[in-house]
Order: sequence, then C-alpha cells, then structure tokens
Amino acid sequence: MHIRKIKDFYAGLLFLFFGMAAMSLAQHYQIGTAAKMGPGYFPFALGGVLTVLGLCTSLKSLSRRRREEKKEPFRARPLILVLASVLLFGVLLQPLGLLLATFCLVVLASLASEEFRTKEALLNAAVLLGVVLLIFVYFLNFQVPIWPSLISGRA
Amino acid sequence: MELLSNLAIGFQTAVYPQNLFYCFLGTLIGTLIGVLPGIGPVQTLAILLPATFSLPPVSALIMLAGIYYGAQYGGSTTSILVNVPGEASSVVTCLDGHQMALRGRAGAALTISALGSFFAGTFATLLLAVLAVPLAEVAFKFGPAEYFSLMVFGLIGSIVLASGSVIKAVGMIVLGLLLGMVGTDITSGIQRFSFGIPELADGIGFVSLAMGLFGISDIIKSLERRDKRDILRSKLSGFWLDKKELKESAPAVVRGTLTGSLLGILPGGGTILSSFISYMVEKKISREPQTFGKGNIRGVASPESANNAAAQTSFIPLLTLGIPPNVVLAMMAGAMIIHGIQPGPRVISSNPQLFWGVIVSMWVGNLMLVILNLPLIGIWVRLLSVPYRVLYPAILLFCCIGLYSVNNNTFDIGLTAFLGFLGYLFAKLECEPAPLILGFVLGPMMEENLRRGMLLSRGDPSIFFTSPISLAFLLMALGMLVIVTLPAIRRKREDTFHEE
Repeated sequence: MHIRKIKDFYAGLLFLFFGMAAMSLAQHYQIGTAAKMGPGYFPFALGGVLTVLGLCTSLKSLSRRRREEKKEPFRARPLILVLASVLLFGVLLQPLGLLLATFCLVVLASLASEEFRTKEALLNAAVLLGVVLLIFVYFLNFQVPIWPSLISGRA
Repeated sequence: MELLSNLAIGFQTAVYPQNLFYCFLGTLIGTLIGVLPGIGPVQTLAILLPATFSLPPVSALIMLAGIYYGAQYGGSTTSILVNVPGEASSVVTCLDGHQMALRGRAGAALTISALGSFFAGTFATLLLAVLAVPLAEVAFKFGPAEYFSLMVFGLIGSIVLASGSVIKAVGMIVLGLLLGMVGTDITSGIQRFSFGIPELADGIGFVSLAMGLFGISDIIKSLERRDKRDILRSKLSGFWLDKKELKESAPAVVRGTLTGSLLGILPGGGTILSSFISYMVEKKISREPQTFGKGNIRGVASPESANNAAAQTSFIPLLTLGIPPNVVLAMMAGAMIIHGIQPGPRVISSNPQLFWGVIVSMWVGNLMLVILNLPLIGIWVRLLSVPYRVLYPAILLFCCIGLYSVNNNTFDIGLTAFLGFLGYLFAKLECEPAPLILGFVLGPMMEENLRRGMLLSRGDPSIFFTSPISLAFLLMALGMLVIVTLPAIRRKREDTFHEE
C-alpha cells in the first residue's frame, strides 16, 4: 500500500481528529431524543459525519500504485514570523501600549519577507506609527493603552 | 407603484449625506483593494468589519457593499492596464483586455468595462428591487423543515465553487458547522466546546475566523511563494469607443448582465464563476472564436458586466431568505448579525430604510464609480508599484488593532493567530476555506431549525420529505452533488479552475 495523494491523506486525518474530538466532547452534553434534542445531539451527529468523511478521504488516498507528487516549497520563516508577530502584538499591547506593540509587530513581520531591508522596515514602522496615531487615536478615539504602563502610571 | 415608493424610501436613505459619504468611502476602498493584487474583498471586509461597529447599521452595510462591488471594478482596471488581475473575478478580463491595451485601445477597454459594469449594476439593482418582496413573502411561508433543507441546498451549492475534492469540501462545511456550535447553546444555556475559557462563551468571533482563515494565512502563503509582480506600463489614450466596437460590445454587455444576474442568485454562484462562464458563452456563440484572447472587445464587455451583475444579485438570497450564496455575502451576513440584524425575510418589513437604502446605494455607488474612476486611473496604476513587503505588515497591523477593538481583549488576537495557522494548514492540504465560513454562519440557524422541525413532528424525520418545498430543496442539493461528482463534469470543473 502506498499513499497516492499525501495531501488528501493528512486532510482526512485532520477531519478524523476534529470529528472524534467533537463526538467525545458532545457526549458530555445532554444528547436527548430526536423529538427533544439536547445540546449534544447536533454536534454529536456532525462529529460522526466528519469522522466518516475523514475516514473516506484518507482511505481513498491509499492505493497500490505509487504516484510521484510535486513537492511544494515549505518555508518556516514566513509561517513562524508572521504568527509570532501577531501573538507578540497581543501579548505586548496592554503592558507596553499601542505604540511599542505596533513597532514590534511591523519590524518582526517585515523580517518574514526574503526581501527584508532594515532601513525600509524601520521607515515603514515609523510611517505606520503616524497613521495609527492619526486614525485610531486621534480620529476614532480608540480605547486602548497608548503608552507603556510605567510611563503613564496606570496600575 | 409600491416598487416606486419603496425605491423612493431607498433614495432618501442613500442620498443622506452621511450615507453618501460612506458609500463613497466604501467604493474608494473597494477600488483600491481591487487594484492591489493579494488583497481581495473577503480579506478587506474582514479587516474593516470592526471599523464599522461605531456606525449606524445602514451606513455600515452601505460601506461594506461598496467595498464589494468597488473591488470588482478596480480589479479590471489593473487587468487591462498591466495584465495583473487585482481580483480573481478579473482574471478573464486580462485575456482580451490587456491585448487591447497592447494595441493602444486601453482607453476603450476601460470605458466599456465601466459602462458595462454600470449597465449591469443598474439592471441587477432593479432586479433585486423587483424580486425582493415576492421572494421574502415566499420565505415567510417556510417552516423549520423548509428552512433546514434550504440551508442544506445553499451549503451544497458552495461546493460547486470550491476547487478540488468534493468530499473534502463537504468535510469543510461540517467542520464549519461544528465551529459554529462553540459557545453558549441558546436553548439550554449550556456552554459547548468552550473549554472553560470565558472569552469563548459567546462563540468564536466571526471577525477572528474570517481574518485568520483569509487575512493572515493568505499573507503567509504569499510570502512563502515569493510572489513577484512585473509592472508593465502601457499608454492611455482614446477613451471613446469607435462605431464597430460599440456595435460589438453592446449585445455582449446585455448577455453578460443576464448570465451574471442569474449566477449571482444561485447558491455557490458568484462573481468568479459568472465572469468565467460569460466569457465561455461569448466565445462559443462568436462567429470568429479565434479572435478571443487577441483583444476582442466582447471578451472584456461580457465578463465585466457579468461579475458586476453577480456582485449585486447575490444580495438577493441573503436579504430575502437569509442564506448567503457565497463567502463575501457570508461576510455581509456576519456584519448584519454583529449589528443586531438577523438576515432574512423580516429585514424588508422591519427595516425598510435599511433594506431599500442599501439597494439604492448600490446603484448610486456604481454611478460614483463611473464618474470617479476614469480620472483616477493614473493614481491607481501608480499604487501598484508599492511593494508587497511594505504592504503586508500594514495589513497585519490593521488586523490586530481591529481584532482588539471588537471586544477590547487580547484573547481574540491569539485566537486569530491560531486560526491563521489552521488556515495555512488547510491551504497546504488543499482544503478550501470558503465552505467552512458558510457552514460557520449557517450552523446555529441550521441547528435551531432542525430542533424546531423535529419537535413539531415529534421526532419523525419524514417531515423533511413530505413537505414539497423541503423535498425540492433536498432533491436539488442531491442533484448538485451528483453533478459535481460525475467524471465528465469534474474534469470540466478542474479545467475551469486551472485556467486561473
């Protein structure tokens, strides 16, 4: 047996995982009867359908013949840096304020591109800081800490 | 005459200065993102949803709608001038539009795409106004069983548009339905799938899901592929059509408008499908099909009219039945729900200003596009030279700030990063996110109607097959499922998507 379409195989596993998880969690909610459905009924049924679909997808991808698939490029750099910059913004926003969080996000996210240029990224960060101040702070009166809590003296 | 008085209500709302301003802003932003490749209307709607929270619902919807049809417009401009489709629905416009530009007829191509779009927009707006009331009345007769089956039909329809495996698309729908279950169950008050996290008590935020699956994961994918853009400049002159061009394009505009209007209403239809199909129709009925792809003006006129008509008529199922026919309209449904308006047949009677105001504003917006865009084309083309590496950090930043503003908490930002990762995984495994979003929006309504239907029938599932309307929807859904899995059709469908 070989895996003919590796993408379908893993997609099936993903569905299988979500389907089984939904079924096992939904068991803890009241299932009820068809006439009087409890909160667990519909999710449990959907979980079952998803599990079956996952199995079908994975099984269909198996075959006796091996078929070469084109390898797609995988680069960890954009994935990690883009997600990290978003997470970091979330972590820094309240303790350090909007301005510093913005700066960190723009610089870290810019690093994700292969065409990264230090000067350009810093300039971009500076321009975006101005835009954020003007639009979100001045015009929209956005309810968010602007400065680090140490400076503004917030608790 | 009721139609006229309804349209009059709409006009009063649409030309109210504040709404006029947001209509203008929406079409302007829409054109802007239409011009920039890599950001589509779905991502932009996701990013700008939080910014509309402080607006009255009418202004918010007018602006969001403007972004949608404005994007169709901007996308064609760059297709013609620089052979870069700003939107997926403008891909076919490149074929003949750019060839016309190379022959020095860029001005004519832009003019026909503007006039064609305006004609299509006008027709589709009228169609929407005429069809809305009777359709909503039909919808009032629907019981829970009919609604449930209609939603099944709508969800299956979204598969037609998804490229790739049918099973995987169905899987994505079911996953979307399940994600829609997260949070407090309305009937019992029990929290489901929330893992004790208080922020999940209200469910996964629509904005988080949309930004994660479309905004953030798209950025990661573009960076991974190292997308490059070649800018090719062509001279602009001669905006007037000559006699021959006018004679050829006028019927093509009408055909495109009809094709687009029809496909926009159908579930799973939308701007991309209608521009492709109307192009194929033109080529089929032409006496000289070999001239297509070499600068035939009909290859610009028809798809450009079709995608604009479809953008407009796809509001019909959402505003009358409460069923979004495609992802962009699912975004609109999300926006309506956030603003406290449940999409469905009740909107017309309970909120006539909103309903007719949004419809008329679409026509007003189309008019603005024609008047504003021709002089602004030079600016739009120059914008294309902004490199992606400068653009995407800005998109990420606006996403994050917008996310925080929804609930004033940072949990949503983390959740979105996770959903962005999930979206990236889906892309790697060739799972289309569009059916998932539709499932997510319809999930809670579907469960409620299933429960009510089964309660009424005392647990007898035959209620879904004995009601003729419900049976018809289910049979149509089954028919669509059979059609997309037929080998011959499947091949054709793959070809269509591969032309992109």
